[in-house]
Amino acid sequence: MAEPLLAVRDVVKRFGGVEALAGCSLDVAAGSITGLIGPNGAGKTTLFNVVSGLTAPEAGRIALGGARIDGRPGHAIARLGLARTFQIPRPLARMTVLENLLVYAPDQAGERLRGLVSRPKTIARQEASIRARANEILRFMELAPLASDPAGTLSGGQKKLLELARALMGDPRIILLDEPGAGVNPTLMRSLVARIRELHARGVTFLLIEHDMDLVTELCDPVIVLAEGRRLVEGPFAEVRRDPRVLEAYLGVPA
Amino acid sequence: MTGYLVAIATLVGIRALLALGLNVQWGFTGLVNLGVVAFFGVGAYTAGLLAVAGVALPAAWAAAIVASALAGALLATVALRLREDYLAIVTLGFGEVLRLFLLNEAWLTRGANGITGIPRPLRSWFPAHYDLFYLGLVLGCVALIYLALERLRRSPFGRALRAIREDETVATVAGKNIVRFKVQAFVIGAAVAGLAGILFGHYLAYIEPNMFVPQETLFVWLALILGGSGNNRGAILGAVVLLGLLEGSRFAKDVIPFLTGVRLAAAQQMLVGLLLVVLMIKRPEGLLPERAP
Ligand SMILES: Nc1ncnc2c1ncn2[C@@H]1O[C@H](COP(=O)(O)OP(=O)(O)OP(=O)(O)O)[C@@H](O)[C@H]1O
Ligand SMILES: [Mg+2]
Repeated sequence: MAEPLLAVRDVVKRFGGVEALAGCSLDVAAGSITGLIGPNGAGKTTLFNVVSGLTAPEAGRIALGGARIDGRPGHAIARLGLARTFQIPRPLARMTVLENLLVYAPDQAGERLRGLVSRPKTIARQEASIRARANEILRFMELAPLASDPAGTLSGGQKKLLELARALMGDPRIILLDEPGAGVNPTLMRSLVARIRELHARGVTFLLIEHDMDLVTELCDPVIVLAEGRRLVEGPFAEVRRDPRVLEAYLGVPA
Repeated sequence: MTGYLVAIATLVGIRALLALGLNVQWGFTGLVNLGVVAFFGVGAYTAGLLAVAGVALPAAWAAAIVASALAGALLATVALRLREDYLAIVTLGFGEVLRLFLLNEAWLTRGANGITGIPRPLRSWFPAHYDLFYLGLVLGCVALIYLALERLRRSPFGRALRAIREDETVATVAGKNIVRFKVQAFVIGAAVAGLAGILFGHYLAYIEPNMFVPQETLFVWLALILGGSGNNRGAILGAVVLLGLLEGSRFAKDVIPFLTGVRLAAAQQMLVGLLLVVLMIKRPEGLLPERAP
């Protein structure tokens, strides 16, 4: 089997007495849309936080494309091509929708003080191309009419789309989506699914947390079930959903 | 009367610089600097001491700006690596420590006597209207710093600062090294405060430790919040309004008979407090709210 794009090995993360991740191991194959499901509190979001470098794990290893990323700062991991969204959207509220995307553009010469003084032309050129790209993504995500609105004024569903739109700015290899469908109305949902499929066709890998089983059925293969901080089972959703261990994890009683 | 107005305008210009510096730290980036006066003091003292020791003024001024910037870099690096909310405490402490240092380390700072005879730049060129020239110098600095910071605000660098202010976690996920940006923003603000200090010392030709009390920091914060944090013009306007109010209310002494010295000072503080309360209720974003670049 080919090397996984993302490999998580024996990762432990504790919050006081709670072991949110208890020796979690899983792989995400390049080119897949891997689903990550599990009951509330299973540790799914915590796994995203650890992988994206926002919280340090107590133990374990994480590799992206074969290179260790655990222990590296979040901004460095982002630059390696790993993007993520938040379960509860976190728009940069007082900045415009367009600016929210611009901030996510990597390697901007204009973010260096020395460059600001010595290379104004390069910066202007780069800024123009970043803006063009951001506008293209906004059109793709059907957010273009809102480009100059403060991001804080968007509806819940639009904020979810903005989460994904921002993540695209860095041309990521893999995107971790934390419940992209939650709170999104059916119309937006259809467009969201279409966007994810399209990006997948262009070669982007996804790891997708979702409680909406229709969305999981439609998009994800394989599906990993997380329970009590560990991988419980993995496989096609049709198989996973019939697995008695999964039913037990969700219902809390032996099925 | 003209002389008085020129003096006030000069001091307003110096305060406007302080507010502009704080605006980079708090307005753009969300960094709490409770020691503005200390960077002001480092600038004033470094330039003053070097100048009375005979160092050429351009060199003394460059050294003063570097000293304030270095102090800022050191404090920000240490505090930000420790923990987020330490910056406020560390800067507040730095303000007091510096004042005590200036008072007690007389071998270097001349202690409570202060530094006298700080040379006034190009004094002999303007035998008649020197104060007007100096006002021009200060306003020129304000204009220059305003333009530079306005450019900074509109640049990708300024955008990253605002992103950090809005949500550090998001900025990290967006690939921004937030510690680097915060330290740089803090250093820029500290350097601008240092410049204000230089202009202050050479204007008065005399500085002493008790000119650099925490209340000065408070006034800079008031000016910025009043004017509109995040907005460079707001920072300047805030300094104008605040100092205009404080100075203007002095004349109340001549009109209202029972308003003598101590009472006046108390009344001034009440006035400023009242103004702030009304403003926070009516216009919490300040007189000139932040606008998208
Ligand atoms: N910052 C934190 N401090 C303390 N406990 C935390 C923290 N973050 C998560 N936890 C705990 O870790 C466990 C896993 O939480 P996590 O958010 O990862 O679950 P989840 O699988 O994403 O759940 P949900 O489906 O509800 O989003 C929970 O018991 C939660 O209370
Ligand atoms: Mg979660």
